[in-house]
Amino acid sequence: MCCNILPRHPHHIPTAMRAALLIQRWYRQYVARLEMRRRCTWNIFQSIEYAGEQDQIKLYNFFGYLMDHFTPASSERNLISHIFREHDIGRDVEWESYKSIEVPELYSGPHLSFPMTFSNAAELVEAFKNKQLHSRYVLQLLVESWRRLRILPNISQISTCHSKEITICGDLHGHLEDLLLVFYKNGLPSSERPYVFNGDYVDRGKDSLEILLILFSFLLVYPNDVHLNRGNHEDHIVNLRYGFTKEVLGKYKLHGKKILKLLQKIFSWLPLATVIDHKVLVLHGGISDTTDLHLLSRVDRHKVTNPLFTFFFICYKVFSHRTLLINIPTLIVDLLWSDPMPQDGCIPNDVRGGGCYWGPNVTEEVLRRHNLTLLIRSHECKQEGYEFCHNRKVLTIFSASNYYEVGSNRGAYIRMGPDLVPHFIQYQANSEDCVCSVGQTERSALKALREKLFAHKSELVSAFQVYDPEHKGRISLGNWASAMEAVLKLGLPWRMLRSQLVGETVDGMLDYQLWFRELSITEHKTELSNANLLETMYKNHSNLETIFRIIDTDNSGLISLEEFRQTWKLLSTHLQTDISDKAISDLAVSIDFNKDGSIDINEFMEAFRLVGGDLLQHEDDPSAQVLHEI
Amino acid sequence: MAEDKDSAEAIVSEVHRKISEAFDVFDHEFNKTVDVREIGTIIRSLGCFPSEGELHDIIAEIEEEEPTGYICFEKFLPTMTTVLMERRFRPIPEDLLLQAFEVLDQQKKGHLEPEELTKYLTQEGEPFTPEEMEEMMSAALDPDRNVIFYKDFVSMMSVDNHR
Repeated sequence: MCCNILPRHPHHIPTAMRAALLIQRWYRQYVARLEMRRRCTWNIFQSIEYAGEQDQIKLYNFFGYLMDHFTPASSERNLISHIFREHDIGRDVEWESYKSIEVPELYSGPHLSFPMTFSNAAELVEAFKNKQLHSRYVLQLLVESWRRLRILPNISQISTCHSKEITICGDLHGHLEDLLLVFYKNGLPSSERPYVFNGDYVDRGKDSLEILLILFSFLLVYPNDVHLNRGNHEDHIVNLRYGFTKEVLGKYKLHGKKILKLLQKIFSWLPLATVIDHKVLVLHGGISDTTDLHLLSRVDRHKVTNPLFTFFFICYKVFSHRTLLINIPTLIVDLLWSDPMPQDGCIPNDVRGGGCYWGPNVTEEVLRRHNLTLLIRSHECKQEGYEFCHNRKVLTIFSASNYYEVGSNRGAYIRMGPDLVPHFIQYQANSEDCVCSVGQTERSALKALREKLFAHKSELVSAFQVYDPEHKGRISLGNWASAMEAVLKLGLPWRMLRSQLVGETVDGMLDYQLWFRELSITEHKTELSNANLLETMYKNHSNLETIFRIIDTDNSGLISLEEFRQTWKLLSTHLQTDISDKAISDLAVSIDFNKDGSIDINEFMEAFRLVGGDLLQHEDDPSAQVLHEI
Repeated sequence: MAEDKDSAEAIVSEVHRKISEAFDVFDHEFNKTVDVREIGTIIRSLGCFPSEGELHDIIAEIEEEEPTGYICFEKFLPTMTTVLMERRFRPIPEDLLLQAFEVLDQQKKGHLEPEELTKYLTQEGEPFTPEEMEEMMSAALDPDRNVIFYKDFVSMMSVDNHR
């Protein structure tokens, strides 16, 4: 028996040592497997996020399709006019109308007075832990912020004189608890404690508006010491998809629409970049081989309200020809959407649909051209909250911890003094409150993955049947993995994930029909016997929601049955699915839950959540958190 | 005989794909290389239980002649295939693990004091680093009684491992 423990070691080694060796060997294996699971979970989240961005491109393709098939007399006209209507941003006079909004006696939230003071701003931070700011003050604060932002240059120049250390934060994405954690650890903004916030304040998290209000307050109180860069999510059309629009309309039912309109204007006035001591460039996404800061400082940045959308339609048919596209929207999109890559060069960023992937040689050249030493950017989630690349000339900083799920990543911020050497402070919200096991985060990733599988069911079954020509209903696990990758193209390690996704196998063979039945435990109020329809709904989930919100011009959260039918019909023609008119009508009627001729968008989205299907039951899994909107 | 050869080839090619998958998880630059410090994780996650010494031997085999800090897939694949086909570094059965803990529990108390366990694991065998010791202790230590009930610990870890 002793040779099982340590076959290579002579027998005279004391038993205690052999025992220790065994335990160490076993434990190190356990840690390694845990690390692998953590990495796989991370890969799942990232690949689903990128797949979501591909979805967005599909949406823009759909709009392009509409343009191509536009005839004035057709029913498409309504939809198109919704999409391309001139956003009537309104004149200054309109915005003063907030003065007519009365604040009732019952209101227990903070009262703001202008010009704002530090204690006002600090009070706001405290109040947002459990209160909501009255719409009158929201609008007033936003109007004042707009007044301030419009006089700022495209590129702010700041310095670390007087031995001031500058704090730089990355993406926050509505995670108020992370902003509060940063303030707790680092202190509130002040003239002694200047801050640069690098965009993506909104979407995904649930307190995007509160974050904006806090940042704008400090901007007003310390205009020379708080700097806000624009991120790619400071964009109305992106907000329709990723949750900010929904958040605002949910919190402010009466004035939400006005707030959103004002924000749309404000976003376009956010500066594009910040330069520290003429040496360190801070901007949200990145650069390209055509980035020219002198040119950028002269453009009218506010004219580009929806950068990606505008960019996409300018180059809808010539997307791959970057050299033809030197124009303002492209310059701005590059700044807000690009990502670094390890190889030299500069190629279109076909994952995001805009901007580029730029290589170390481009970093060298752009930094040299402008006499800079470092590029600080955000835009990509990093497990440790920050990451260097391109020979430490590019630094990514990301401040939303637990971005994908509780336990998925840390957040971080930078402190930088006159020596321009970045120091990092990392954190993770809620790390004491909950036991963030790898298991919990992993379960969430797997749930999200299962939704994807379900949405591609018919393609997957077809792919499986290629390996099962006699239709016995079974395939080997190796073939299962190959088919999964061929269909889903997520670049995931399927053989590593297999034990988590597939339950019982017999002789190494999987009964795939049974497997799908186990996966697709859905909870929906509609009687949907049409499986094809159901699958199409899942597949186009996010795009549908975005389209509905575009159609919902009065932001009521409702669309009419007729609008629903029209939209669906257009979409299914574009997708070339064979769904009959009757099926669509039936669907519309069944979704009109309260039979009043209109469909509640939120209810509609809720009706198509994939619930359950957790193959390996865990006793310690009380309230399962469905990763619904990624 | 032809079918045997086919199925043997099929088995090997499936093993190759498994290895490639695990390797790719750590290939951050998508150029079929990984940092040498991640090799241990990759090998272990493929189901092997090498000791640190055995790991170093393997790394020495697959490293470049002038070590660059990176291991390339071309060299990793054949070595790892052999390891898996020969079933080297087999898993440690639960009962053997339990025996090992019992050996350390000289007074047969049924539990270990944190100082005892720490002493053995940080001084004997292939010693744990302070970080490794702290990590294991936080999982193993019973917070109420401040001792390690190793039987429970082993059972708990084995359940996790089978997920």
